[in-house]
Amino acid sequence: MNSNSTKKLLLGNEALAQAAIDAGISGVYAYPGTPSTEITEYIQRSKTAKELKIHSQWSVNEKTAMEAALGMSYAGKRALTVMKHVGLNVAADVFMNMSVAGINGGLVVVVADDPSMHSSQNEQDSRYYGKFAMIPILEPSNQQECYTITKYAFDLSEKLGLPVLIRLVTRLSHSRAGVTLGNREPQNEIHLSKNPKQFQLIPMHARGRYKHLVDIQTDILETSENSYFNEFKKGPNTSIGIIASGIAYNYLMENFEGEKCPYPVLKVSQYPLPKKPIKQLFDTCKKILVLEDGYPFIEEAISDFLGENRNVIGRLSGDIPRVGELNPDNIANALGFDVVINDNIPKVVSGRPPELCVGCGHRDLFDAVNALGKEMTSQQVFGDIGCYALGVLSPYESINTLIDMGASITMAKGAADAGIHPSIAIIGDSTFTHSGMTGLLDAVIENTPITVIISDNSAIAMTGAQDSSASGRLIDICKGIGVVETHLKVITPLHKNLQENIDLIRDEINYKGVSVIISQRPCVQLPKEKKDKLNELKKATIN
Amino acid sequence: MKTNIILAGVGGQGILTIAAVLDTAALDNDLNIKQSEVHGMSQRGGAVQSHVRISDKEIFSDLIPQGKADLIISVEPMELLRYLPFLKEDGFLVTDSNPFVNITNYPELEDLYKEIKSHKNNILIDAKQIAKDLGNSKATNMVLLGAVSSLLPLSDESLQKAIKTLFERKGEKIVAKNLEAYEKGKEVAVEFIL
Repeated sequence: MNSNSTKKLLLGNEALAQAAIDAGISGVYAYPGTPSTEITEYIQRSKTAKELKIHSQWSVNEKTAMEAALGMSYAGKRALTVMKHVGLNVAADVFMNMSVAGINGGLVVVVADDPSMHSSQNEQDSRYYGKFAMIPILEPSNQQECYTITKYAFDLSEKLGLPVLIRLVTRLSHSRAGVTLGNREPQNEIHLSKNPKQFQLIPMHARGRYKHLVDIQTDILETSENSYFNEFKKGPNTSIGIIASGIAYNYLMENFEGEKCPYPVLKVSQYPLPKKPIKQLFDTCKKILVLEDGYPFIEEAISDFLGENRNVIGRLSGDIPRVGELNPDNIANALGFDVVINDNIPKVVSGRPPELCVGCGHRDLFDAVNALGKEMTSQQVFGDIGCYALGVLSPYESINTLIDMGASITMAKGAADAGIHPSIAIIGDSTFTHSGMTGLLDAVIENTPITVIISDNSAIAMTGAQDSSASGRLIDICKGIGVVETHLKVITPLHKNLQENIDLIRDEINYKGVSVIISQRPCVQLPKEKKDKLNELKKATIN
Repeated sequence: MKTNIILAGVGGQGILTIAAVLDTAALDNDLNIKQSEVHGMSQRGGAVQSHVRISDKEIFSDLIPQGKADLIISVEPMELLRYLPFLKEDGFLVTDSNPFVNITNYPELEDLYKEIKSHKNNILIDAKQIAKDLGNSKATNMVLLGAVSSLLPLSDESLQKAIKTLFERKGEKIVAKNLEAYEKGKEVAVEFIL
């Protein structure tokens, strides 16, 4: 397509995915989540990946994904696992423990953070997880680095025998630039660990592995001190020394528009923080300005605890806003440039929040729930993560909670235990298989009086209608968990069925035990062939 | 040379097609490009934008600083105005005049037009109608692209080539319709740009 150029135009996510293919991965394991989704999708679409038989099927959740990646690494092959920042909370158990066990084939964990919460509940910074697990963290600053750093990450992982964390942020994940690609490495052959005890974390082995992890911290630091991705750039003006990590480096350089930055700058893209160049900055500069997207991770690490003789500035000091993502303008401000941050959007402009699609089945479900009346739904409907979270907003305002994947069912249970009735959970099909099933079992064991409505559109809709692992399996799953068949109902959320659906939901609410209503209609964003297939599947399962 | 462009619209309106033409043409001319876009929740009928930066030098930031956009291209008149703080003093505003109303407090159209026209450099055209008259309302975006083509750092030839490349898969007819829409956009914009 681009005859004059060897560069390929890629999103940060896509550059990373291509690098993983070129690094010889044998599989990617992931659950969709903005802003990380396109990494796995790229590998799923890649002809090369197909030819190489690289595994790329979506996993049920981030924990199962990371564990499968570890299994592939156990077999000696390279594996990639990908998630959004809050997904790492779900996978934290395996993440922390595989860092103690170590890996065999190269294993890279990619986590895309979402500063400013464009599509998330929080802006947690995954670098803390990397530090917590005591493993190397890489933080690319641009699309080209997404490529080169990922290839490097696999080599580093095998060299140290540890998983390596790559941290992305939304603006890098979702921005395109020309990227020059390198060679492709072959996949590893199956080869098992020479030290099989490493994966047997019974306490007597785990103590040894943990001691080993602690002991190699100096080696890990050394890789970071010598890393090509941490770069010290001298500057004549030592009134400020600047540490800029990941994408923050771009916003910094933007302010000098191609001119050389007059201040000494340490560009950080690999952690643990390199000590030597930071000491050099402290020795030569009057003040240190830390520019980092997300939490004040570096600033906190290098600041004086009591704040005396403090010469480190950044988000904690208030020179950069404590919350929200960085941009060229808030950095210009911190550099003392005369910028007018202008929020003069003409008054005539109204806000335009996202909304459920026209014709979406969630809409008809909310119509039915709202029709139950305030006495049944006032602050008693627990929600979950997905498109239907938009039911929080006007015109529906049907949902009262949105905390984490699966929390609708378990919060409804706790509220019911406390005496609230009715207690209603609304959860999507994919969120249900991700983290709702276990909570449902809790409720079944005690026959807690809750009504669980699974709003089943047979897709992971919010992230782009990926295949849902729940499709065609919900009835069997609920039966298997122990929901009694007389209180396991299927409805079709359509306007013509409104009254019927209201009556059915009311009946189930009045039942003092666990009832599950599957509100089933394919996502309107799905292509027609897929919808037809799902409708056939539905008929078959009901019959 | 550096050109900063903001593309604006509502999730689902397809502003990324315009971005893809710009990207393809820029890359083909060995220019540097950065193009940020919005994925996720806002794509569901919310306000979306894309920052496109084209330069013969290295581009650092993926985001355009405030007051540095040469051009805002919008497929919807209210969305155009949302990004006004990014516009350079002598920058251009270009938009389709047709509103996308999916909120109850959508402003009076006349008030929006008045605000748009109060800016020196504006191109307010009924791109949708022009595309419809050509028999393909989906080509609205290409009418807008044609309308701004003389303001871009990319030659007419390379933009046309990029349109051909991008729509090739959809067949000759679609390529021709889009090129026609692009040409018509160029024609109607002449009176605004002179």
